Amino acid sequence: MTRQTDGRRTAGEPEVSRREALKAFSLVGMAAALDVTVPQLERATNAIAGMAQQQPPFVPKFFTRHEWRTVRMLVDYVIPRDARSGSATDAKVPEFMDWILADKEATESSKVSMRGGLAWLDRESQDRFGKTFVTAPDADRRRILDDIAWPAKAPDGMRQGVAFFTRFRDMTASGFYSSYIGWNDVQYVGNVFNNWDGCPPAALEKLGVSYDLMKPKTGE
Amino acid sequence: MQSASPNAARRTQNPQYDVCIVGSGAGGGMAAHALTAAGARVVMLEAGGAWYASKNSQMLTPAWATPRRGGSTRIRPFGEFDACDGGWDIEGEPYTVASGSQFRWWRARMLGGRTNHWGRISLRFGPDDFRGKTRDGLGDDWPISYEDVAPYYDRIDRLIGIFGSNEGLRNHPDGVFQPPPKPRCYELLVKKASDKLNVTCIPSRLSIITQPLPGRQACHYCGQCNRGCQAKANFSSPDVLIAPALATGRLRLLTNAMAREVGVGADGLATGVHYVDRTTGEDRFVRARIVVLAASALESTRILLNSRSAKFPQGLANSSGTLGKYITDTTGTDVSGFIPAMTDHIPHNHDGVGGLHVYMPWWLDNAKLDFPRGYHIEVWGGTGAPGAGFMGGIHRYPPGGGYGAQLKADYRKYYGATIGFSGRGEMIPNADSFCEIDPSVVDRFGIPVLRFHWKWADHELNQVKHMQETFRALVAELGGTVFSQMPTKAEGYDIARGGTIIHELGGARMGADASTSVLNANCQAHDCKNLFVADGAPFVSQADKNPTWTILALAWRTADYIAEQRKAGAL
Repeated sequence: MTRQTDGRRTAGEPEVSRREALKAFSLVGMAAALDVTVPQLERATNAIAGMAQQQPPFVPKFFTRHEWRTVRMLVDYVIPRDARSGSATDAKVPEFMDWILADKEATESSKVSMRGGLAWLDRESQDRFGKTFVTAPDADRRRILDDIAWPAKAPDGMRQGVAFFTRFRDMTASGFYSSYIGWNDVQYVGNVFNNWDGCPPAALEKLGVSYDLMKPKTGE
Repeated sequence: MQSASPNAARRTQNPQYDVCIVGSGAGGGMAAHALTAAGARVVMLEAGGAWYASKNSQMLTPAWATPRRGGSTRIRPFGEFDACDGGWDIEGEPYTVASGSQFRWWRARMLGGRTNHWGRISLRFGPDDFRGKTRDGLGDDWPISYEDVAPYYDRIDRLIGIFGSNEGLRNHPDGVFQPPPKPRCYELLVKKASDKLNVTCIPSRLSIITQPLPGRQACHYCGQCNRGCQAKANFSSPDVLIAPALATGRLRLLTNAMAREVGVGADGLATGVHYVDRTTGEDRFVRARIVVLAASALESTRILLNSRSAKFPQGLANSSGTLGKYITDTTGTDVSGFIPAMTDHIPHNHDGVGGLHVYMPWWLDNAKLDFPRGYHIEVWGGTGAPGAGFMGGIHRYPPGGGYGAQLKADYRKYYGATIGFSGRGEMIPNADSFCEIDPSVVDRFGIPVLRFHWKWADHELNQVKHMQETFRALVAELGGTVFSQMPTKAEGYDIARGGTIIHELGGARMGADASTSVLNANCQAHDCKNLFVADGAPFVSQADKNPTWTILALAWRTADYIAEQRKAGAL
């Protein structure tokens, strides 16, 4: 069995009721009229994240039982938990992938390449180690990933695996960084009412620029 | 058209309006605002539903609020939080493309039309842009000059609001500007590189207000103008033009009303507009003394082509045979690059306005180049809100891919370390780019659809090649690496397919000569004096500028002309 993370809350998120979350979130729509503060908006957005954590155990619609185990394992190889933030499963990336692929807007090719890529991964693992990806030891799994995770350095005969993993990595990042955990991980600090008056001195200094650049040039 | 429904009798006794406006975007909204202010009783037909950014916007909704994380859908190709309801592919509303041509047609189906989703880049056409043929012998001159339009640009600047800086550039006229926002730090880097390469780089000119206007708050810099603004800090037709027009009590708004044909009487004058009620499928007719089409350049053209009668067998206002001709879109291509100086960003909120804070107006002399018309450059990059598709293609960055702790560190390191440039240039009308009614295909309402023919000339291809070379030079000057190879001529230098930039113009162009144009200098049909067009269709040419500000100016000017003619009893 894979580690069960459904229902867990992520560190740092406030405990909120659904009612409180909806109440807070309704403020977003009234922000223009009420001059809502940044903390209120943060609270509203945090509340949304909190709501997602209280759902009943997830049943995938696209992935089979075996694929689901593989995906949950693979996304955490792509983005593991570390000191700053949680892992891809903490951010519910597998649930994101399943929703996208089961959605009516999903293309046939995106579904086939996901299913086929996971099958490729198992076959590669069986051929090399006599075990499916999830049952192979960690070191063996990494041997396969080392062969498909760097397109320019991949050995011949690994092209299909490279293509699959490149898409899978992008989709993992798409799900992870669009989550509350992901925004905090890359320290995105916007999406709020702001009083813009230019970038802070440290950011300007780092790039070696200043607002003097915008001043009209004196004639020569 | 009569139907047998019990309402038929009542419908024939429909009130007659002074003016029927088809479309509620920049042109329709502006015409409604000006005509109701002048005392006219106006009915407006909008093919989509009601939508007000002040009420319906997804502003500040975080990516994780939906399972799609803000990704695109068929009806919202720019992402599900985008204001636009429409797209290139609308269910039940096909169009066809002639073999050998490539074109795609974007339609908005909502109150306010395209003013809900655009970039708010609001550039006046310059004096040269109204006299292309005089300058280089290509295309045609307009029957009006910059001086005719300038007073309307001034009025629009004041009414709608725009920020910018007065620079005194000859063909990029100054305006009545609010203060522009300071550039983001990476935009200063672009400014520095532009200065080095002698590329003019100045504060952008967007219809976003940095100071309050009556009933509207100043921008709060969330960077999400494309979702519509709940504070009404940017321009969209419903909140800025249509709501005040409705407040006069003289505007009747009919939504879900898909116009299909202009009615014509025995005297050859327009009598009103036939439309399909999208909610019931019923065919209806609204009577009016004057008809103003503002359904978008190509939809207005389609309505006129479909308005066939014994008197006008080739469509209404088409005695010249030029209806559907001289259509253009803005040329476009994009290049982005990885900028090492921008790695390991210092966290700060530079969402800014919903668009660029600096841009590059056309800065060169075409007489010294192998293409006749110019382009402007739009700038993007930095640390935007992560959403669906975040940092796709991470393997293109120096580490070349990977997974695990190293990959996670790379996303942090490279987030926001890109700058991109988009070129937006002038296409010259040509004989191979036009639209006509497809002889056999109808949409789900039974309305015959448009068939497009499209061809780029070397004028456009050489211009786009120059864009590619310039953007690559800028990325190099920034110390960066471009993600893509320089495209070849066989690849069209990566020119965006016709219709992609969503600046279609022409189709019912204005002109002094009734044998070579559809409309006169007041956007009034040569063949039908109570018929006007108030969108992009009257444009004689593109420019190296976005068309919206000129659509607004011409629509207001046309509305003033209509009001004068009504007062004089001529209409």
